[in-house]
Amino acid sequence: MKKNAQAIAATQSQTQAKAAANADLMGIAGAVLLGLTLLFAAGFAQAGILHDTAHDMRHAMSFPCH
Amino acid sequence: MLRQILTSAVFAGVAAGVLAALLQLWLVVPLIMEAELFESGQRVHFATDGSTQSDRGAPSVWDEPLRHIYTIGFSAVTFTAYAFFMVAGFALATRAGHEITARRGVVWGLCGAIAVVIAPAVGMPPELPGAIGAEVVPRQVWYLSCVVLTLIGLTQIAFDGRSRVWITAPIFLLVPHLIGAPHLDTYFGVAPSELASDFVARVMGVAMISWVLLGLFAALIWTRSEEA
Repeated sequence: MKKNAQAIAATQSQTQAKAAANADLMGIAGAVLLGLTLLFAAGFAQAGILHDTAHDMRHAMSFPCH
Repeated sequence: MLRQILTSAVFAGVAAGVLAALLQLWLVVPLIMEAELFESGQRVHFATDGSTQSDRGAPSVWDEPLRHIYTIGFSAVTFTAYAFFMVAGFALATRAGHEITARRGVVWGLCGAIAVVIAPAVGMPPELPGAIGAEVVPRQVWYLSCVVLTLIGLTQIAFDGRSRVWITAPIFLLVPHLIGAPHLDTYFGVAPSELASDFVARVMGVAMISWVLLGLFAALIWTRSEEA
């Protein structure tokens, strides 16, 4: 009976660790996605207003601008 | 972990981005504004009589304050984007058992500058306004591919202990340059070459400093929020 409880506790903590690791990976993936979105808007989108206002920054950061 | 990623990326990105923009307003933006005089024809360097002479001197950056506020804002956004990538890297490195310290953050920053500015510049140097280049989309594709392949090469050198990295990493670093960036087969530059070389050197210098600051700030906040 005691062994059983221990086994259950062990499985539970494993599940929790796995969940934490998965949450970490989600966080990392979210960070990369946010980074990509910001970078595309500031550096690469060709829409007129974005291009004009970000113009000097794009040249100064050596993005291919126009 | 999620909060650690968010705080490190946002604070380090905005701080490094604003400082980078101030350095650019001092060293780089005046050259962009000077090049625009040649782009618009207000100044002519390569005159039709064959002479190559023109006055030197940039317009004052105080003439267009709103324009420079945009530059500061977009610089903060761009460096926040870089910071998200760097901090995602911190998280992966920490998971793999590597320690993040402020000093290591500086090296992360140097590698960022190499991948994002220096390596792509070998194939496609930073361009002044008025420079005519190949189609923008193929250049963007080449630029991003070069950044990614350089990052893979540098990551292998930094974290892969196997000796085969001394073969594979140089391949990743060299492939974009063996393929080559899209170029036109004609020169079109209207600005003096001195202005263009000043610009390229300063873009690289400012990038090195800004990326080192980004790495340092991100690592400092990362380690602080780990303790908390």
